[in-house]
Amino acid sequence: MSDTAVSSSAPSRPSRLQLALGKPGFLIGCLIIALSTLLALMPNVFAPYDPNYIDYLAIRQPPSWAHPFGTDSLGRDSFSRVIHAYRVNMQMAILATVFALVIGVVVGALVGYYRGIADMIFGRVVDAIITFPFLVLVIAVVAVLGPGLINMYIAITMVGWVYYARLMRAEIIAQMGNDYSDAGMVMGYSDRRIIFRHLLPNAITPVLIYWMTDMALAILLGSSLGYLGLGAQPPQAEWGVLIAEGRNFITTAWWLSLMPGIAIVLTGLGFSLIGDGLADLLRPRG
Amino acid sequence: MSEAVLEINDLSLAFPISRSLADWVAGRPGKVVRALNGVSLQLQKGETLGVVGESGCGKSTLARCIVRLYEPTSGSVRHHGQDIFDASVRGDRAYNRRVQMMFQDPFSSLNPRMTTGQILSEALRVHEMRSEDQIPERVAELLDLVRLPQDAAEKLPHEFSGGQRQRIAIARALAVEPEILIADELVSALDVSVQAQVVNLLLELQERLGLTVLFVAHDLRLVRHVSNRVAVIYLGRIVEIGDSETLFSSPSHPYSQALLSAAPSMDPDDKGQKVKLEGELPSPLNVPTGCAFHQRCRFADTRCHSESPSLRPLEGRGEVACHHVEKILHNA
Repeated sequence: MSDTAVSSSAPSRPSRLQLALGKPGFLIGCLIIALSTLLALMPNVFAPYDPNYIDYLAIRQPPSWAHPFGTDSLGRDSFSRVIHAYRVNMQMAILATVFALVIGVVVGALVGYYRGIADMIFGRVVDAIITFPFLVLVIAVVAVLGPGLINMYIAITMVGWVYYARLMRAEIIAQMGNDYSDAGMVMGYSDRRIIFRHLLPNAITPVLIYWMTDMALAILLGSSLGYLGLGAQPPQAEWGVLIAEGRNFITTAWWLSLMPGIAIVLTGLGFSLIGDGLADLLRPRG
Repeated sequence: MSEAVLEINDLSLAFPISRSLADWVAGRPGKVVRALNGVSLQLQKGETLGVVGESGCGKSTLARCIVRLYEPTSGSVRHHGQDIFDASVRGDRAYNRRVQMMFQDPFSSLNPRMTTGQILSEALRVHEMRSEDQIPERVAELLDLVRLPQDAAEKLPHEFSGGQRQRIAIARALAVEPEILIADELVSALDVSVQAQVVNLLLELQERLGLTVLFVAHDLRLVRHVSNRVAVIYLGRIVEIGDSETLFSSPSHPYSQALLSAAPSMDPDDKGQKVKLEGELPSPLNVPTGCAFHQRCRFADTRCHSESPSLRPLEGRGEVACHHVEKILHNA
């Protein structure tokens, strides 16, 4: 019909999927996380042994065809333990961050939109929390609540939401500089609609990217706490716990600590690569 | 005389600037930016009132007060006799439906993540303008009204040009069937050729739908083209208001004279007796006493330094805020 309609649709821009396929880093990240998720969902399919089966006849054996990652000081198969640890550690990546994400996004959006006294109080809370090193604060909370996975999630959430909220607040304030939020008010839309339907979808991208990095950090933090004996408790197979168990034999049985270490690095890399790719893909075009 | 749909009375707005520590120690009072200093005007049903003035004179602030984006420090805005800042009316979103605004920057006034169809149907849905099954039909109607192709409904704002986006903004404003449209520098971000299209569309729609328009702009020729009446603003005050043709052909206030003679003329023979202004526009942080214009006015005397002139009607012209207007016109 009209020539404008034809010309505007013909040389269409590449879709988001096409863009994503052109990014090898992003694809590798997706692949790593997809594999990790698979391992976390069904470790029994991939692990050759029961992770807690003790075999006193095969103690601290070096990697072999029977035991690809060797065995530990109780004769448990390292490979199976690393695989089974995927479930706990992937769970950490989600559970230690998702509540912080939700709380942070809502609080950040509200204080960014309304400002005023709530914003001032929020500013002081942020100052107070970011003054302490993250790990020290989490350890302090765990020390109060007691060690264990659930308490660790609570502790990380209590500290971590602040970082999301701070980012969200700044992004909402920046978006409010655009006329479309004023236009929403002029249209008589409710505050809730303006915040959650208009501002939030435009403000959330950096928060989602931070979330990806934070999942990598959560695994690292969870393993650190496991290593320190404050997170997952032995005999639970968890990468930090596994590294701690191998610590005494680091010169003689290096595989005990190295293999879970590689798993941490790989998963962390996967999340980081996804975050990096998302930063490009989610940017509004035009 | 037609009825006034919007009455603005002695509207003032001052933005406080945060006090520095030094100010606080010295006990100096906090500074304020006086954006509006007692603006009064009436918007008659069906008219187009142009508002002109230099950058920073308070044109946009006035527009934003009318749609309740800013709350005035004092004064009132009455819509059919009801104060829109009254506590009981504040929460009433129906006022927003009656008075709509279009923004200057077409690149930031539309949500970049919503398609045109979503933008328009949201407006219809929130104000329950149509039942759910009639919404697509009405969206198509609105697109027709602003002369956008039907496939525009599926597209995101970044796929449109500036002029097309302004038309989407017009369609969004019209979706809620308003009575008054505030156009804040509607076309100043657009190319000249597109400006004409958008402005003519606005005029045509105004006539067809019987809208009242407040047209804020700094382009004087454009304002002359679209307005029935014009208000000239200087430092947050109306210095002259009146019929568009009279005001443009023979301005009365010394500031209006200077402002209008600054506009380029299309007549090649017009060598022009330009009225040049001395000095700079005073800062709204420090508005002069008396007549705000006295520092730059050729006719100023001691009375202008101390006494602020109020708007008063002048025979055969509009209303002018100047102590010496009769003398000035007599000598001219």
